[in-house]
Amino acid sequence: MIKDALATDAPADPVDPATAGPPLVVAHDVHKRFGHLEVLRGIDLEVRAGEVVVLLGPSGSGKSTFLRCINHLEQIDAGSIHVGGRLIGYRRSGSRVHHLRPREVTRQRRDIGMVFQHFNLFPHLTVLSNVMEAPVGVLRTPKAEARETALALLERVGLSDKASAYPRQLSGGQQQRVAIARALAMRPELMLFDEPTSALDPELVGEVLATMRDLARDGLTMLVVTHEIGFAKEVADRVVFMDGGRVLESGTPREVLDHPTHERTRAFLGRFL
Amino acid sequence: MATAHSPTTTTTTKATQSAQEDTAAAPDTVPAVDVAGAAPVRHPLRWLSVLVLAVLAAQLGHFLVTNPNFEWSTVGGYFGAQVIGEGIATTIELTVVAMLIGIVGGVLVAVGRMSENRVLSAVCGAYVWFFRGIPVLVQLVFWYNLSALLPRISFGVPFGPEFIGGQTNSLITPLLAAILGLGLNEAAYMAEIVRGGLLGVDQGQTEAAAALGMGRARILRRVVLPQAMRFIVPPTGSQVINMMKATSLVSVIALADLLYTVQSIYNRTFETIPLLIVACLWYLVMTSVLYVGQSFIERYYARGATRNAPQGFWDFAFFRRRAAPFPAARERSTPSTPEKETR
Ligand SMILES: Nc1ncnc2c1ncn2[C@@H]1O[C@H](COP(=O)(O)OP(=O)(O)OP(=O)(O)O)[C@@H](O)[C@H]1O
Ligand SMILES: [Mg+2]
Repeated sequence: MIKDALATDAPADPVDPATAGPPLVVAHDVHKRFGHLEVLRGIDLEVRAGEVVVLLGPSGSGKSTFLRCINHLEQIDAGSIHVGGRLIGYRRSGSRVHHLRPREVTRQRRDIGMVFQHFNLFPHLTVLSNVMEAPVGVLRTPKAEARETALALLERVGLSDKASAYPRQLSGGQQQRVAIARALAMRPELMLFDEPTSALDPELVGEVLATMRDLARDGLTMLVVTHEIGFAKEVADRVVFMDGGRVLESGTPREVLDHPTHERTRAFLGRFL
Repeated sequence: MATAHSPTTTTTTKATQSAQEDTAAAPDTVPAVDVAGAAPVRHPLRWLSVLVLAVLAAQLGHFLVTNPNFEWSTVGGYFGAQVIGEGIATTIELTVVAMLIGIVGGVLVAVGRMSENRVLSAVCGAYVWFFRGIPVLVQLVFWYNLSALLPRISFGVPFGPEFIGGQTNSLITPLLAAILGLGLNEAAYMAEIVRGGLLGVDQGQTEAAAALGMGRARILRRVVLPQAMRFIVPPTGSQVINMMKATSLVSVIALADLLYTVQSIYNRTFETIPLLIVACLWYLVMTSVLYVGQSFIERYYARGATRNAPQGFWDFAFFRRRAAPFPAARERSTPSTPEKETR
């Protein structure tokens, strides 16, 4: 037993099926179209609790769309997505499936944090208010408590001294770290990152990745769309390669990044060498 | 042939040579120059225009002082009179109430127009089309004469029993006619201003708020509207000033506002010009106060809009055009923020 555990616990391959949690996200045969354009053509994907999954793929392969389906910013056309055992966006009663009311969708989103490529901080609120807004307004956390949590989170992303600044007074990297703190303030069970470093100057990418690495180490479940292959190699438990609205391959970073089996994956990764 | 060509050739060569000399002279050694204390560019035309304006101003002053028809003592006598004060009070009251109806109605119509409910959206669109399409003066007269169309007004179950009702003539007083006419018309203009403001806020803001689990009403109230305010407040300021001036139209339905009050006095005393000047002065005072108030509010909603720290109020009030505190508002072309047409 011990030998087996040691064998699976080899360095740089941190996935250990024995200790990984139950599936938190289960996407089954997800289809999505915009008009006549079929963007997702049957995505199957599982993310276990505590796992970090990096989603790779060429532009237009549907990565952002899939991420947005998970918190129902986009409505899927067929298939199903479960997060934490709850069917996202729909309700099953008997053999029929019904759309959820807007209020119920809103409720489901509380437990799913999302970080956007362009940060999307609220520019009219200070950094502290940005982080406090949802806990106070949505969860009804008392102000004093929310403030304390917010300050602790800002400290964690290294921005305690910027609490009273406005977002536009910060660098891109700082803004993205505030955006991460803002999402964490809702204590989500899952965090979605959509190219969090793509809008940043190269010298600011590192600070955001460092923050994310930190979260991964603490066991947060993360689904990350990124073109940072280095980050994927180092932090991801699993890498999923998407192309044309389908999952082409999925496995440990070593399997997918170093020994890709598909021609498309090889061609895609070749661009980063 | 050759002779005909030679002069041109020489000139070209000369030109090329001189150009070469220029460039050759420049880069090798840079002479020591200090630009501190450089003589400024002279603007003789600017001085000429100042002179012309000064002469014109002197002429105007002379005209104002020496023309006896101004009757400045009469102006002074009426300026602080109580009747005038009552007229002013009516004007202010009308402006405030009509503007409140306009703003609240405008937000409702704008939100309705952007709703996913097609019927509601169409009805709100029709409202804007209707009330913007008819001159406000005509609307005022129409409300005033409503009794000719509807002798009785009653509220109750549609096609069923009535709860309250009364004669239209006693219900629609000139004041109510004025408030309805101005307010409903204003709501149509405000709706377009508010809609433009809401559309000016980045879609990503709504998405980020939704991803945090905020509901639609909360997103509108806490995220979108406060940001839309930056686009909404400046045109609303001019709407208030326009409204203050538009209230003078109610004199046609015999409501004793500032204009109607001075008119009724000079109809008796024939001091037409001095009384009109009293009205002009008071309108100027009121619009000036509004202008200052507007800059306070604009400054409030500019929070976080720029990287610069907020300016002091007086800088802002007097040098705002130079300081350009709303770059974002100008970059974005909000789809429809109509300037009010002539009323
Ligand atoms: N709201 C929309 N309406 C119509 N088409 C859309 C919409 N959103 C995305 N698409 C299309 O869907 C396809 C997939 O887009 P998506 O943003 O998911 O790709 P992506 O993998 O995230 O690409 P990138 O790496 O460039 O971000 C693209 O062809 C895009 O044009
Ligand atoms: Mg994308």
